[in-house]
Amino acid sequence: MSSGFPLLSLIIWLPILAGIAVLATGGDRNAQLARYLALAGSMAGLLVALPLYGGFDPLLGTMQFVELHPWIERFNIHYHLGVDGIAMPLILLNCFTTPLVVIAGWQVISNRVSQYMGALLIMSGIVNGVFSSLDAILFYVFWEASLIPMFLIIGVWGGPNRVYAAIKFFLYTLLGSLLMLVAFIYLYTTSGGSFSILDYHKLPLPLAPQILIFVAFLLAFAVKVPMWPVHTWLPDAHVEAPTGGSVVLAAILLKLGGYGFLRFSLPIVPDASQYLSGMMITLSLVAVVYIGLVALVQADMKKLIAYSSVSHMGFVTLGFFLFNAYGVEGAMVQMISHGFISAAMFLCVGVMYDRLHSRQIADYGGVANKMPVFAAFFMLFAMANSGLPGTSGFVGEFMVIMGAMQVNFWYAFLAATTLIFGAAYTLWMYKRVVFGAVANPAVEALQDINRREILILAILAAAVLWMGVYPLPLTEVMHTTVDELLAHVARGKL
Amino acid sequence: MNFLPPDLAPAYPEIFLLVMVCVVLLADLVAGEKRRYLAYLLAQAALFGCALITFVTLAPGTTYTFSGMFVDDAMADTLKLLTYVTVSMVLVYSRDYIAVRGMFNGEFFSLTLFATLGMMVMISASHFLTLYLGLELLSLSLYAMVALRRDSVVATEAAMKYFVLGALASGFLLYGMSMVYGATGVLNIAQVAEVIQKVIQGGVIDDYAILVVGLVFIVAGISFKLSAAPFHMWAPDVYQGAPTAVVLFIGSAPKLAAFGFVMRLLVEGMGSMAADWQGMLIILAVMSMIIGNLAAIAQTNIKRMLAYSTISHMGFMLLGIVSADGNGYSSSMFYMVVYVLMTLGIFGMIMLLSREGFEAEKIDDFKGLNRRNPWYAFITLLLMFSLAGVPPLVGFYAKLSVLQAVLNAGYIWLAVVAVLFSLVGAFYYLRIIKLMYFDEPESDAPILPPGDVKLLISANGLAVLAFGLFPQALMALCAYAIQQSI
Repeated sequence: MSSGFPLLSLIIWLPILAGIAVLATGGDRNAQLARYLALAGSMAGLLVALPLYGGFDPLLGTMQFVELHPWIERFNIHYHLGVDGIAMPLILLNCFTTPLVVIAGWQVISNRVSQYMGALLIMSGIVNGVFSSLDAILFYVFWEASLIPMFLIIGVWGGPNRVYAAIKFFLYTLLGSLLMLVAFIYLYTTSGGSFSILDYHKLPLPLAPQILIFVAFLLAFAVKVPMWPVHTWLPDAHVEAPTGGSVVLAAILLKLGGYGFLRFSLPIVPDASQYLSGMMITLSLVAVVYIGLVALVQADMKKLIAYSSVSHMGFVTLGFFLFNAYGVEGAMVQMISHGFISAAMFLCVGVMYDRLHSRQIADYGGVANKMPVFAAFFMLFAMANSGLPGTSGFVGEFMVIMGAMQVNFWYAFLAATTLIFGAAYTLWMYKRVVFGAVANPAVEALQDINRREILILAILAAAVLWMGVYPLPLTEVMHTTVDELLAHVARGKL
Repeated sequence: MNFLPPDLAPAYPEIFLLVMVCVVLLADLVAGEKRRYLAYLLAQAALFGCALITFVTLAPGTTYTFSGMFVDDAMADTLKLLTYVTVSMVLVYSRDYIAVRGMFNGEFFSLTLFATLGMMVMISASHFLTLYLGLELLSLSLYAMVALRRDSVVATEAAMKYFVLGALASGFLLYGMSMVYGATGVLNIAQVAEVIQKVIQGGVIDDYAILVVGLVFIVAGISFKLSAAPFHMWAPDVYQGAPTAVVLFIGSAPKLAAFGFVMRLLVEGMGSMAADWQGMLIILAVMSMIIGNLAAIAQTNIKRMLAYSTISHMGFMLLGIVSADGNGYSSSMFYMVVYVLMTLGIFGMIMLLSREGFEAEKIDDFKGLNRRNPWYAFITLLLMFSLAGVPPLVGFYAKLSVLQAVLNAGYIWLAVVAVLFSLVGAFYYLRIIKLMYFDEPESDAPILPPGDVKLLISANGLAVLAFGLFPQALMALCAYAIQQSI
């Protein structure tokens, strides 16, 4: 379907323009105005994104809502947008998360409010751009541009060690992306002067360049996902970022890496992907098992969730490189579900941090006595994080394990250990923080969550349960795309 | 023997500017202390007049005059127009800075215009002598400008260094040119190219060896002017020591002229020896990127840091020329234009933060700028990310087009080295952003630039963003200029 209406452009530029409007409200005297404007902008962003789902034809394997205009003619670069069954759910996830993040920062962010809210909105628009670009340079522009607001969010509103974390985040990601840029230009020269991603999908390539291109892509995407062993920036960034920053980072920015594998690595260099799949699966399993164990020993709640993110994203990359429908779709479901669950987990930690200004597990104990409503929500999300059936966490992991079983029993066996480790580190943390007697006077003084916090957590809880019980609306939009992708990979390019 | 007067039309802008320089000098003499503004206004009017003349006489094709010593082509016109704009912006940015430091006098403006004249001659030269003439006119004016503050020890020291090393480089260049003359017997660039072609085809080995030795000296001279490593030693000292207004001038417009210089000498004159100078330029480019980027990290003086950053940018720019085709040259030209735009902005910002009796020279002077003035902090943010080559700012497209040329020429390793060192470069630009946004200010002095500076610096910063969103026009202009002239 390609109606004349530029829906994708609207989805990209509306939040960015709203962000600029929020920035224009100026200093903290107009903080309240900035907040309401940001909320309105993010809600509008969500509303304009809804027709994307309604107008999407799940049976069509091609790109939909396509927009194509010349942009930089000298290098044959186009403003080329379009979505398929892989990109569309991620755009919706992003538009869904943004209002929640705005609300989450409502009171907590009290200095330079307009800049914070503006950065969030602009980033939301940029991320939509990443998911809908079909031109390599346009993609790259959005991809890199998303670093700028996140860099500022971590660095300006972050914790004590924020400068180190922000610069580490930026340079790590830039390192990966620059090599991806070289790969793009290489593809431009070999394809005879095209930056169109769809052209690259069809471009025949021998195995040796395929492997080099795969490695360049791998660096870019592996840093972003992040895969073991290039994950070390993530715990630092998460710990120092403000709650809203952590949520965006975990729920959205990590997905950029996963999306990159599906849009670039698998279809552009299918033979190299298959050739190196053993390595990719090994790296993913290391992330799942080893990082799961690392999470177990964390004393800092945010760090624990950050490591749990790495472990869960290991499932995503595992699923991609199994090359079967269960694996890839499971990985997609896992990405969306992780978007909800990690957002919720970081928000829960944020709720406690706002009250006690500590993220150390040891500083808590018996929170349930003082915050029963909060404890109930936290319980649900902790269960979802450990993959309890009936929550969204289960669906993706189960599908990936099924996919792994089709390839090799031991892959499935190792992947399944996450159900044990995940439960162990999440629930053990939950037990130490929430149960037991009230640990200290600070906990004694805790107030239960207010209506604003209940609203956010309830929305996320509904999403987690809905996807856990009835994931069909999500999986049906991606069937055709995933099938075509797998057929394409199986055909190869040699 | 009858004498035909030369066709003066292609050189009208130069002639006009020369007249105006004299007018500025005289007017300043007459106007006296009270009406120093006159010199400033006349200088701006001179630049505007030049732009008008160049614009009106725009013509497709290439015209030679003065017995083939002077050429007017699309590249010359484009570079000259860009030079006028750059110099005019330099004057606006510098006005207040030099006024409170006692340099607001006729000499500053006439030297600036003389230097501009030198650049124009360089850009339009089609003869070794004209080329050298333009270069010396530019260089001598710059030496004097660096030393304009007689009472400043650092400035005098910088001027001495600049002069001695600059004279050495000019010597290199002349020596190289004389060797080429020895081998070819001609000085006219077009004829030099023809003879070299014949030498190569005829396979006269002795002559070719002399040509290569001459080429080495010429490349050394060029890289000094471009401040490419290992001939970069003067740049950090001059950038640090000279008054910021002069640094802004040295760092901006002459780079455009230097690009024209490289094109005339290496490409038009010795293009058929590309295989020889490619290797040399690769070494220069890689060394510049390594030394520039690594040394910049250690700097605490912002001007010195920017000097090293210039060195690394010049290395990157040379990569485009290394690919030795029209595509590569136009990407280099684009890189140079973009670089000049960013340099103008960032030095403009440094002068904005300076005030009477205070030089914003340490990188710490950028601390907490976001608290003091969010708008200027934002402009600086744009400039810094652009220098680092982060999209959607124009610095990214400069890097993109050069990398594309490099890969097109088949140097994959060179492209990888270039991106890895631009990653190193990103670090020190990020540090400035970190200081502005993450740290608390050290001083609360209000930043109160005059209206036109405020407007210009905002436009400058936004141009970096606007050309980043729509780079097509500027890229096409550079491609057109190169295409028409080669």
